[in-house]
Amino acid sequence: MTEGQADQLAALRGRFGAAIERSVVFAGQQVVYVAAAQAHAVLEWLQQDPSQRFDYLTDLTAVEYRDAERPLEVVYQLRSLTRRVDLRVKIALDPSGPLEVRTVTDLWKGAEWLEREAWDMFGVKFLGHGDLRRILMWETYSEGHPLRKSFPLRGHRSRAEQTRQALAANPEAHYSLEELSIADAYQALPADMQARLVEREAAQ
Amino acid sequence: MSPRTLELSVSTPVVGADGKVRNVPLGVARRPSEAVSDDFGAEHMLVNIGPQHPATHGVLRLVVELEGETVKRIIPHVGYLHSGFEKLGEYRQYNQIIPLTDRTDYLAPMANNVALALAVEALMGIEITERCRLLRVIACEMSRIISHIVWLGTTGIDLGAFTPFLWLFQQRERIYNLQESWTGARLTTSVARVGGMMADVPEGWEDGLRDFVRTFPAVLREVDTMFTRNAIWIGRTQGVGAIGADEAINYSLSGPMLRASGVDYDVRKDRPYLGYDEFDFDVPVGEHGDIYDRYLVRFEEMAQSTRILEQALDRLRPGPVNVSDPRVILPPKSRAMGDMEAMIFHFKQVMEGIKPPAGEVYFGVENPKGELGYYFVSDGTAKPVRWRIRPPSFLNLAALPRLCEGALLSDVIAINASVDIVMGEIDR
Repeated sequence: MTEGQADQLAALRGRFGAAIERSVVFAGQQVVYVAAAQAHAVLEWLQQDPSQRFDYLTDLTAVEYRDAERPLEVVYQLRSLTRRVDLRVKIALDPSGPLEVRTVTDLWKGAEWLEREAWDMFGVKFLGHGDLRRILMWETYSEGHPLRKSFPLRGHRSRAEQTRQALAANPEAHYSLEELSIADAYQALPADMQARLVEREAAQ
Repeated sequence: MSPRTLELSVSTPVVGADGKVRNVPLGVARRPSEAVSDDFGAEHMLVNIGPQHPATHGVLRLVVELEGETVKRIIPHVGYLHSGFEKLGEYRQYNQIIPLTDRTDYLAPMANNVALALAVEALMGIEITERCRLLRVIACEMSRIISHIVWLGTTGIDLGAFTPFLWLFQQRERIYNLQESWTGARLTTSVARVGGMMADVPEGWEDGLRDFVRTFPAVLREVDTMFTRNAIWIGRTQGVGAIGADEAINYSLSGPMLRASGVDYDVRKDRPYLGYDEFDFDVPVGEHGDIYDRYLVRFEEMAQSTRILEQALDRLRPGPVNVSDPRVILPPKSRAMGDMEAMIFHFKQVMEGIKPPAGEVYFGVENPKGELGYYFVSDGTAKPVRWRIRPPSFLNLAALPRLCEGALLSDVIAINASVDIVMGEIDR
């Protein structure tokens, strides 16, 4: 751990105490584990405090380990463009419990799509995200979250079943309820699809 | 679904019995007994662009809400090219991931290959040889030039200028020929390996690159006369799709998109890798953050890349390309036949693969489109637990709804082009 990294950890510990669980340095890069409940406050402080100024969210993603005992981690790769410093903040989530963390879209607009991707791929719910839809998979995709270790490489369903479902898909389903409301085409949809869209909007 | 108009206005024009247009309140206009053309003068319209549309530069789909010709809202849809590369990476050994990186940003495959090798080397703490370093710099800068060539050529076409596209693509062809003679492939180069390169450049290859470096600036000057002071180009690009420095940072923009907004951040200068700090080159920075500034930044980057190529060629000396580290590079085949230890290393590497220590590393490089980051999590086995790609154009595209606020529909095409997206990387 370099001097700067030790100072970084001391500043975090001094401000948040036990919420800073531990810090690891590997290949010269510092990782700080933060308790999920205080994570938003920590990130907000890191972004806005004049001594920190981590103004740039380089990346946001999640990691699940092969060892099922290990928690799933949400990873924030932060950078201070003014201080030219990087910091990785991690939140550990119990994979058997609800995978929920507070959104950081109120701090960094760039998190909007990154959180959607983490939701799509890992099923991590970002509470307070205004538009938490799937992003790489299509909206009606129902096999789960592909980057989870419990998800087999070839998918849960057979190729034949996947093809059958793709061919049976209603192309209108590729518009969100919000978009359909622009076109006023919602009324023209079959009743079951209307119900499904309303249900899905309500669930989010 | 056909694009239909929405009756958001308080009144809707209908054609009366006398054949004249009049406005009637919304509720009345909707009476089923009255035949009203939905498309008749109502205010908001839904337009679907793509996924199969040449101006979206790939399989990008944009759902645009229009009021007249002004964009009220724009909702991008991505994922049509999703191939699950990150998932596939978890089932492959580190060197086997390199062919996947060819297919992410396929307009600059060599730069991706090099970035991946650098990330794994950072994870393992490997120091590459001098010749390998310079060859990688050459690979990265060649990629920057061809990627920017594709960007400038296609953006020119989007805005009605066809000739520069042809001039530039002739130059791109020359680099593709160099790539082909080096790697055997024009697009799927897979040129890097952990700890070295797939191969050294063939004999006389440097002369071909020197020839390119000598003649390319003349082509750039020709293109410059076509665009930089062209009234149509300026009219279509200046002040369009502008974003300020603070917002650009908040949206996590990177590369030319960030620098055009006046943020002086280039990974090559600020977190030097491959010894970029030893090279003499400038980083162009814009000030308005509009399409024109993005054009100027990328244009100048091509000229600067030519400078770097020249310096790298001057420094290139004969020497080993691969490190002599039996963990990652196979000992010579001749030794493996007679030397027990060398044969064991062959066996272990081929059968088990490269095994980095348990740990994790984020490695960011300055790719043509912005900061490409590879985040590896290793548990000590030959396959990564997690291979995350931080795709620059994914984050740049995420700002598109903000960039298109209040723009005209025709500007959407120009703004989208200025982001310089490549769907292989966005969808992965």
